[in-house]
Amino acid sequence: MLSQQAIISLLTKMGDDALIIGHRNSEWTGLGPIMEEDIAFSSMAQDKIGHAWALYRVMQEHLGGQDPDQFAFMRAEKEMRSCHFVELPIGEYDFSLMRHFLFDHAEAVRYESLENTAFEPLQPFAKKFKGEIKYHLLHADEWVLQLSRGSEESYARMQQALLHCMPLALGIFETSKAHEQTLIDEKIYPGEQALQARWLDRIYPVLSKAGLNLPGIESFTPVYGGREGYHTAYLQPLLDEMSSVFKLDPTATW
Amino acid sequence: MYGGGYIFDEPNKRPMQDTIDDPVKLAEFEQRIADGHKIEPGDWMPNDYRKQLIRMIEQHAHSEIIGALPEGTWITRAPGFKRKLALIAKVQDEIGHGQLLYNAAQTLGKSREAMINDLLSGKSKYSNVFNYPAETWADVTVIGFLIDAAAIVNQVANAKGSYGPYCRALERICYEESFHLKQGHDAFIELATGTPMQRQMVQDALNRWWQPIMHFFGPPDKTSVHSEKLMKWKVKMASNDDMRNQFLDAYVPKIWELGLTLPDENLKKDEATGKWLFSDPDWDLFMKVINGGGPCNAERLQVRKWAEESGRWIRKALMNPNAARSFPVA
Repeated sequence: MLSQQAIISLLTKMGDDALIIGHRNSEWTGLGPIMEEDIAFSSMAQDKIGHAWALYRVMQEHLGGQDPDQFAFMRAEKEMRSCHFVELPIGEYDFSLMRHFLFDHAEAVRYESLENTAFEPLQPFAKKFKGEIKYHLLHADEWVLQLSRGSEESYARMQQALLHCMPLALGIFETSKAHEQTLIDEKIYPGEQALQARWLDRIYPVLSKAGLNLPGIESFTPVYGGREGYHTAYLQPLLDEMSSVFKLDPTATW
Repeated sequence: MYGGGYIFDEPNKRPMQDTIDDPVKLAEFEQRIADGHKIEPGDWMPNDYRKQLIRMIEQHAHSEIIGALPEGTWITRAPGFKRKLALIAKVQDEIGHGQLLYNAAQTLGKSREAMINDLLSGKSKYSNVFNYPAETWADVTVIGFLIDAAAIVNQVANAKGSYGPYCRALERICYEESFHLKQGHDAFIELATGTPMQRQMVQDALNRWWQPIMHFFGPPDKTSVHSEKLMKWKVKMASNDDMRNQFLDAYVPKIWELGLTLPDENLKKDEATGKWLFSDPDWDLFMKVINGGGPCNAERLQVRKWAEESGRWIRKALMNPNAARSFPVA
């Protein structure tokens, strides 16, 4: 019998990350630097929000979880388990692009590791999401390379964005104090430290091809807290906005 | 969405000029159109044909990307996963339509950059209906249902026009629009058959949008300046009044059957003629909004300017893909 609470904690943080980054990426719809990028961010936003929906449904169907709409739109901020990285506003395109690059490589290693998870209901979703994220990575890698090679300004912006994003990106791999060892022992997933190491192996070659300079990760202080319910000041306004229509009447169908 | 039936005049109100075209070539051109052939980018065409098409396709393209804004602001507030995903997908499609249409217009010799510049400077117009705000979620459902429906009426007609690249873009656009209409109708019905508060929301939104919708197809034929020549050349495929009537005929019953009302007591179908009767919309207001006096004209262009200006460094970097740079390799 697998430990349900541990699995719930894992799926909740994964779903919350997907929901919040999807929400943020959707904010580019109509505002992209070129139309093609506008479309790309909208498209990726749909995939991410779809991932969140699917993960919440898995919890509902297999782990006694709530209705996904209620879970996403009615939860209090302190009950959210998103990392700080996804909560930050879209900022300028350099930040959004670098976040997309770092976050999606993390997603890729996570879902690869879950393809054979001991929690079987998750397996088909891990395979499906991995297939979608492949395209997100093609997009991210290509754009990081293009902009790093484009001009003085675009190179400087990408380098700065990388340094700005790294501590936040390391926060993706914050471990769950209560459940991490259980999840590893029960072969649900390999654990955040293992994922972080695989992630670094993935991003280094792209960054070096782009000529971007990534200092040793020990020089960064990871931004933790999200997985324990401590969030940035940006999350509550995001949740208020997201639920503003839904909360007019949470019992109505919309 | 979103092309309205109305082709706006240039701001300086210059009338369509009859440039002198080779009469033999012109006759051949007109015969080809009369025979139902499409005109393709490399073919000979009269100057006015080219100019009118550029103007029309460009306005249509602008309408797509500006039209994404009033609905786009509701993506982050859409209630529930289903609506959120549908709305992002829909608005994404609209931007995609913009891209298709700019490409179609480019085949006539005007670059996308030049078209965007003309949009930002106010030289080139877009559908008037997007100068109004989407105040509540119910407005989004009214736009998705009725404005998309109105646009389909126009676009299905134009897809039978004479210029090949525009027709092919419109065929694909109409196919996607029919899905938009379904999602808009579905969300609209959900509110109309929902709680008393939801019903009130959608009624209020209908009241707000009715006049802009009546404006959508442009002024009545008796005052419209655009000529027989555009019809003969199959640039314009249906008259404003005919399209408006077709729209009313298809959609007013669908609104009424939900027990909702429309804010025009004179609106009714004359069964003898098959024509809908309605109060004359305020055409002075229409002209005022076109010329910048609507509630959201300034805001819409400001947002586009922000996107253009903050994206400039990116476009600059892309223009320069082979720049010789030496990288500091740590």
